[in-house]
This record gives sequence, structure tokens and C-alpha cells, in this order.
Amino acid sequence: MDEKIAAEPLPTSRLAAPETDRVDLKIIADLVEPGSRVLDVGCGDGSLMELLERRRGVDARGMELSQPGVNECVARGLSVVQGDADRDLVHYPDHAFDYVILSQTIQATQNPKLVLSELLRIGRRAIVSFPNFGYWPVRLSLLVKGRMPVTRSLAYSWYDTPNIHFCTIEDFVALAGELGASVETAVALNSQGQKMGMRLPWAMWNLLGSQGVFVLKR
Amino acid sequence: MSASAKTPQEEAVLGRREALEPTSAVMRFGPDTPLRLDSGYTLSPFEIAYETYGELNADKSNAVYVCHALTGDQYVASRHPVTGKPGWWSSIVGPGKPVDTDRFFVICSNVIGSCMGSTGPASIDPQSGKPYAIDLPVLTIADMVRAQTMLVDRFGIDQLFAVIGGSMGGMQVLQWASAHAERVFAALPVATGARHSSQNIAFHEVGRQAVMADPDWRGGRYIEAGVRPHKGLAVARMAAHVTYLSEAALHRKFGRNLQDRDQLGFGFDADFQIESYLRHQGTSFVDRFDANAYLYLTRAMDYFDIAAEHGGRLAEAFRGTTTRFCLVSFSSDWLFPTEESRAVVHALNAAAASVSFVEIETDKGHDAFLLDEPQFFGAIKGFIASAARARGLA
Repeated sequence: MDEKIAAEPLPTSRLAAPETDRVDLKIIADLVEPGSRVLDVGCGDGSLMELLERRRGVDARGMELSQPGVNECVARGLSVVQGDADRDLVHYPDHAFDYVILSQTIQATQNPKLVLSELLRIGRRAIVSFPNFGYWPVRLSLLVKGRMPVTRSLAYSWYDTPNIHFCTIEDFVALAGELGASVETAVALNSQGQKMGMRLPWAMWNLLGSQGVFVLKR
Repeated sequence: MSASAKTPQEEAVLGRREALEPTSAVMRFGPDTPLRLDSGYTLSPFEIAYETYGELNADKSNAVYVCHALTGDQYVASRHPVTGKPGWWSSIVGPGKPVDTDRFFVICSNVIGSCMGSTGPASIDPQSGKPYAIDLPVLTIADMVRAQTMLVDRFGIDQLFAVIGGSMGGMQVLQWASAHAERVFAALPVATGARHSSQNIAFHEVGRQAVMADPDWRGGRYIEAGVRPHKGLAVARMAAHVTYLSEAALHRKFGRNLQDRDQLGFGFDADFQIESYLRHQGTSFVDRFDANAYLYLTRAMDYFDIAAEHGGRLAEAFRGTTTRFCLVSFSSDWLFPTEESRAVVHALNAAAASVSFVEIETDKGHDAFLLDEPQFFGAIKGFIASAARARGLA
């Protein structure tokens, strides 16, 4: 049942999914107010930043862990610093940005709770997208095969994955609540990257959504 | 004439002449425009020797100021008049280069306190008719930059498009960006830091003591005595040169290879290639550089600490800045390690500045900023291109 593919090595960043699979980028771009100030944490090769600058007239800054990713971004003329979400967010002042974006990165951080609370401090809003570990093929794979799932959006083996803190949509909603953040907008994407119906309860999204995209506000 | 065609004596004579009558252009600042120094003294009259490349556009918005390092000069992209070598940043500055002289008007001046034509310890003190030597007030990086702003004023330029430099040049870039923020659209400090570390001060002190311990230093008055502290300055340069390299690069280039022999000499000649190399670095340096200038410039670097003027908070130095920054460090640089650049990046983040930061992977140490590093060139090119678009210079 799981769509097994070979894990492609990613050139620039610790993404859960190959760049071609990044349907969440367009969704995120649509969630950002035109002309706002945005910090993209874990910006990879700068695709989202470029999209935001080109399509939404956004003043975008980025932070990326991998050196090749940073060099690529700077050579493309983007404002990106080499840095680590776990360590370097503390240096940003409160409310420095309208939005802080963490796309497909939270599950790769050492301390997701701390990182999320930093995002909510630095940005008026935080936009977080992540692969949903509660997605039914993932659950089924674990249930039936008894092996750690390898799917298109989770294309790593358990021992070499950068994703060390997987969560489900329900887990994420609970964490946001713990941090006193409200969910302003939530979007779940199915495996084709299409938005799912808005009227469904969390539990259904958690089963049917391969990715979650959340706009949080504290 | 090539560098190899000149004897050390010829180079020394040329070097002395360049200090007094430089090949490059010179801007004179008379008694009506004194330079106020951090030490409380005033320098007047004084001169700045400089080179320019390219054309200033109609609205004077395309000027790039290049700041040189400790032993650099204004000949960033032109042949050095003493050594005959190509400009020290010919790879970066020139037609079609990352700092494209077809598009930008590039200014590079010799810092005051140096010895290539700007007022420094080898210049003649109009009061006494003799060289200043160590009677020149001690200068700071801020003094150098203040002098540069006066040169920029003479060109009628309100705002520079970019200020760029490495090492001591990078310190000047940071000083420009913090003390004259509104005059800098984009800043590119390379292989530098917002202060000189204790270790860096220590190495400089070793160099200064080597110069001053040379009997030919004569309390700084060696020019009048017709001698020069060759040996002391050469040792200073040798010690400093080690700090510009990295262990990995030294090992790659020299290892424990022997120099022109197949066994140890059991003496104190240069048995090893690295010894021979350092001796060459030392002796070739003294013919083109003034020993007192070396004292002044190392001192200026030691005194540099931007945060100190802002209650110890570096972010305050950049509060409200609209300058676009791009910092570059090199992974094997232990003189200005990446952490020093990162501290500036964090301060700029705290000031909500527009900042990019790239660490270039290399084993070439601090010297990497002067060498062929394609990734470094790519970063500069990308940053300058996007800043030019933002400035409407595309």
C-alpha cells in the first residue's frame, strides 16, 4: 500500500520530501499577506523565498543549516544566513516578522517545542508545514508490515532519516494548544497535494492527510 | 618591469618614494578640513592616496568603496608600483568581475597610518620637516573611515552603493556601516569581526616587539638615520604570516619537505621548505612596507571593538540600520574564525537588519579571502547583483 521509492539524496536541505513534492510551498505562499516581512527557517535552496518575493512582493529572509543551501541562496541574491533553528532563533527580537515559516523542518529539529515557541515569539504568525505521521498508509505500514514506514513523502530509512521528531496532525494541534497558540488556518493535503475538505474533524484529517499546513497565532 | 627585475635596494628606494609621492592619485585635505581623531588629537593637513576604476554615474549612486587589509594598499586592481605584482583583488575587482568596473565606480584608498602615499608615520611632518615616525598620533579604524568619508565627500557622493573589504578592510566596512549607516547601501565585511580578539592582539604584540627590538629601529627614527629595521619587521611578518594560513594548508603545501637537500643539515639554515618560505615572506615584505606603519596599523586593529562604544551591546551599533549586509567567513580561518562573523550576524538579526551570511569551506585559512575561491566569488556576485537590483542599478 505504501508508495515506496528510492530515497533521493537531497542536495541542499533536511527536507522530508523531495523538492518536486513540495506542494505545500504554493499553499504556504497563498497564506502569506502580500508585502509582509517573512522569515523562512530551513529555507533550503530558497525556492519558497523566491516564490514569495516574486509572487507576493514579500520582504523575505532565510535561515538554513546546510552550507551548500546557503551559498546557493546568496548566489541567487536572497538574504539568507547559515544557522540552526535549534540554536540561532534566540538572536531574533520579538515580533521581528509578520510571519515565520517552518516548512517541512519541525520534525527534523532537536527540540520542536522550543523551536515552535520561538517562532511564535519572533513572528506575529507562524506557518508550519510537516509530514503527517498519522496518515493512513503510514499507520497501515506499521500495522501490517511491522516496519518503519518509507513513503514518497517520508523517503528515508529509520537509521538515516533527518526526521527525528515525527508527529501527527493531532499531536501538532495539541502542542500548539500547550504553547497557548490558536490555529488560525489549517490545511491538510492528500497524497496528490490537494487540499482536503474543510469540514472534517481533526481525526479524519489525521487519517487522510499526508501533510499538514498550519497558521498559528499566539 | 617585472618584480624579479628589481633588487631589494631598488624596491626599498621605490617604497620610500611611494610613501611620499605615490603613483596613484592623491587628495589633499588642508587646514580648513582637519581630521578629528579618536585620541583627541587633530590631523591637519593630511593626504589620502587612492585609485579609482570605472565611471561614476549621473546620480552618483554606483560607487563601491574597497577597503584594504593590514598590508594592502590602494592598488586593488592595478599593478603594484613597487613589486610589479597584479592588484591584490584583481580576481574580485575588474571588468566582468564580481565587483564589475563596467557597472560600478570603484574607489580604493590607502588607509591613513599606512605607507603607500596616504599620511602615515613615513610622511613628512610639516611642523618639523622630518618624518612623523612615532610622533604621529595613534590612529583607530574609526579614524581611517572618517578620513574615507571626507574623500567620498570630495567626489560629491552622498551614499555609497557598497563598501567591501576583508580582514582589517572588513573592520572598516563594519565601521562604515555602524557609524555612517545612511551612507552605505550594502556592506560586505569578509573574514573579519566586530572586535580584535585577545589572541589576535597577542600576535600583533609579538610583531611589534620584534620591530622595536631591532637595533635599527632607533626609537622609530630610522629613516633619518638612513637605516631600516629589516630583521625585526621580517620576523613580525613571519609570525603574522603563520596566522594567515592553516595547519592543513601548511601540511598540504610544505609538509616536512626539505629545501634543496635530501637530508637534515644539522645546523640552523632553512632545512625545511616551510622555513625557507617564511624567510622569503619576511624579506620580501620589508622592502615594500614601512616598519612604523606596521606598528600603527596593528594598533588600530587591536583597538577595534564596535560594541564597546555601544555599552557592550553589538546590536545597538546597528540599531535601525537599512543597510543590506552580506558576511563571509572561511572555515579554516583561525585569526577571524566563523564565530566572529556569526556574532555580527546575530547582532544584525537582533537589529532586524537584512543580512546574508556564508561560510566558505576551505583549508586556506585567513588568506583565503585573497585567493581563488569560486564559492566566495559566487556569493559576492549574487549579493551585489541583488543589491544592485534593489538600488535600481540593474
